[in-house]
Amino acid sequence: SCPLSSRCCGPSSAGPAMNCRAEVLEVSVEGRQVEEAMLAVLHTVLLHRSTGKFHYKKEGTYSIGTVGTQDVDCDFIDFAYVRVSSEELDRALRKAVGEFKDALRSSGSDGMGQISLEFYQKKKSRWPFSDECIPWELWTIKVNVVNLANEQERQICREKVGEKLCEKIINIVEVMNRHEYLPKMPTQSEVDNVFDTSLKDVQPYLYKISYQITDSLGTSVTTTMRRLIKDTLAL
Amino acid sequence: AMDTDLSSQDRKDLDKFIKFFALKTVQVIVQARLGEKICTRSSSSPTGSDWFNLAIKDIPEVTHEAKKALAGQLPAVGRSMCVEISLKTSEGDSMELEIWCLEMNEKCDKEIKVSYTVYNRLSLLLKSLLAITRVTPAYRLSRKQGHEYVILYRIYFGEVQLSGLGEGFQTVRVGTVGTPVGTITLSCAYRINLAFMSTRQFERTPPIMGIIIDHFVDRPYPSSSPMHPCNYRAGEDNGAVYPSVEDSQEVCTTSFSTSPPSQCVFTVTKAHFQTPPPVVTDTLKVPVMGLAFSHQLSSSRLSYQPAALAVGSADMGYPVLFAGGLNAAHPHQLIGPGKEGGVPPVPSQPAHGTQADQERMCTPLEGVHYSAATPSSSEDTETVSNSSEGKCGSPHDLLETIFIRKVGAFVNKPINQVTMANLDIPFAMFAPKNVELEDNDPMVNPPESPETESPLHGSLHSEGSSGSSTGNTHDDFVMVDFKPAFSKDDILPMDLGTFYREFQNPPQLSSLSIDIGAQSMAEDLDSLPEKLAVHEKNVKEFDAFVETLQ
Repeated sequence: SCPLSSRCCGPSSAGPAMNCRAEVLEVSVEGRQVEEAMLAVLHTVLLHRSTGKFHYKKEGTYSIGTVGTQDVDCDFIDFAYVRVSSEELDRALRKAVGEFKDALRSSGSDGMGQISLEFYQKKKSRWPFSDECIPWELWTIKVNVVNLANEQERQICREKVGEKLCEKIINIVEVMNRHEYLPKMPTQSEVDNVFDTSLKDVQPYLYKISYQITDSLGTSVTTTMRRLIKDTLAL
Repeated sequence: AMDTDLSSQDRKDLDKFIKFFALKTVQVIVQARLGEKICTRSSSSPTGSDWFNLAIKDIPEVTHEAKKALAGQLPAVGRSMCVEISLKTSEGDSMELEIWCLEMNEKCDKEIKVSYTVYNRLSLLLKSLLAITRVTPAYRLSRKQGHEYVILYRIYFGEVQLSGLGEGFQTVRVGTVGTPVGTITLSCAYRINLAFMSTRQFERTPPIMGIIIDHFVDRPYPSSSPMHPCNYRAGEDNGAVYPSVEDSQEVCTTSFSTSPPSQCVFTVTKAHFQTPPPVVTDTLKVPVMGLAFSHQLSSSRLSYQPAALAVGSADMGYPVLFAGGLNAAHPHQLIGPGKEGGVPPVPSQPAHGTQADQERMCTPLEGVHYSAATPSSSEDTETVSNSSEGKCGSPHDLLETIFIRKVGAFVNKPINQVTMANLDIPFAMFAPKNVELEDNDPMVNPPESPETESPLHGSLHSEGSSGSSTGNTHDDFVMVDFKPAFSKDDILPMDLGTFYREFQNPPQLSSLSIDIGAQSMAEDLDSLPEKLAVHEKNVKEFDAFVETLQ
């Protein structure tokens, strides 16, 4: 499995040198806003990193399914975002974000942590070596949970966090627009090394989500890896 | 020379891609300003008609307008396709909010593969456009459009004109895609100065050419056909007081129904009343006008819409917003809602009687903060009218959507009156009022007799209503009326509060009344001797019975 790091990950020795591009976003939110803020960012990234399902035909050609989108309004933030219309994907993200939120809550009053979304490619190795995961893009969202004293502050927070998220969306779109490295479109035999083909309606690039909670000393207390793709793709 | 590098098939494909990209771009932008949430389904089997592998519906009128503007051309250097989004109030004032520009520059990328890379990057760019259209200020404005204003679009082709955006407009780049014939750039320039100029300063602009985005609940696509009647039904008193928008046919104001508004939370603190009421200025934020009520006089069911109001500045101290229909030039005049046949216009002078009631109901719309006027006694009228002067939209405030609960506790409303703008909010009377009003405040000076006309007075003291602290003179908490929370039902003329009041002192049971009591006693006395005789006959049985008990 891939180590989690927030800087560039090293390439495998056997393959072409490849840098994993890393982007870090920071937000300060109230406890009840954590989920929506994380989902907004993760869904926006995945919107750009998902395609329709591939259907391979003869002679190595393929056709691509259609990706639908939908608007999501936040309840605790004055904000709306667009996500891919895929209940499976939404469930997977909600599960991860829910765990992250619980971990943040139970970590104590400091409420600092980060959640990471990593896109990787699999590189098959010969037995007895297990396949490698080579990350090519890593998004890290650093979260700082604030506690607010009264309703007035909460109201202001709703607006401010909404504004901040607008900025984050613009940042994400900027990165996406750089058209930097993307895995090559795979052949049929390679598709599972590049894309998560387990969902029935869309096809995101292979990704994993993990998170860390920071204690008050700033050191990482728990590093938890969660595999969110179905285990059918397990190595 | 450029063209010879590109195969003719590739060139044809590229032109097609750019054309459809332009059409889809317009669809995404216009749909994002319709004022409703968009949802399309993913489909794993390609349908063949989903350009760029994205499910983006094609609204026919929009495609038509776009094709008309393009007139068979494609974006090229110096020939950009622009989608202008503007806002138009029901009084006819309009303001450009955004210009989305699809441009082509000369920088070519000869190496890029048209059918594959360009296509995929155009798809990515459309996804970015979907994301970015939700984060500019016009998105929130468009979600709240309805009575006060509508959002319009206009497509033009040629040179980009940004002068209508006001000073200091900002630009956001959505993305670029290099092609062998040039680089496609998509960006948005948007107004940030949303201060709405008063009608005096604002020259009346002719109606913007173009289809107005309107949305009917039952007709999802915009059309320029006449308005749905319910939107234009005026109230009985309304008449034609409202200046109709020039292109009334094209203006939409359909209710934008949302999920039931959550209860607004109020914290009213003393400090709030100590701050001097903000002075009305001529600059009001347009978003403040995003009122949303749809009302039909014929039925007493109201539907809600989120009300937009500018809040934000901390010194306002009010976390809750009231739908504000602000009109800087005519502070007592309602804007917009007359369209919906709901709220009648407010006359400049507060009147009494039903007109006053209506006014009160409408004045919430005036007030940025104090609009939750409740139609009731005349005191309220004054309160509200006075408070209407205290509107303040701080120009830099953000848009705020607050969902307003229909009737909260303690909000006074005439029972049998058709309610108009149902902006009742608990503690609405808390809006800073003039000092002299406190004299009329029943909480401060409880009226003597419970039998008064005004439900305000009557209910408070005759029932010793719950929650009302009759002796309690908290300045920041006045119970306007005994009106149980959540109890209002517009369908019946009577609600729980009325029921309670009416049956608070029910008539005595007839059996308990003196007359009837006396009558039955006389009967009892008469029948006594008979009964005694019967009992004496059965005395042995009674004795035996008594034995068994011992």
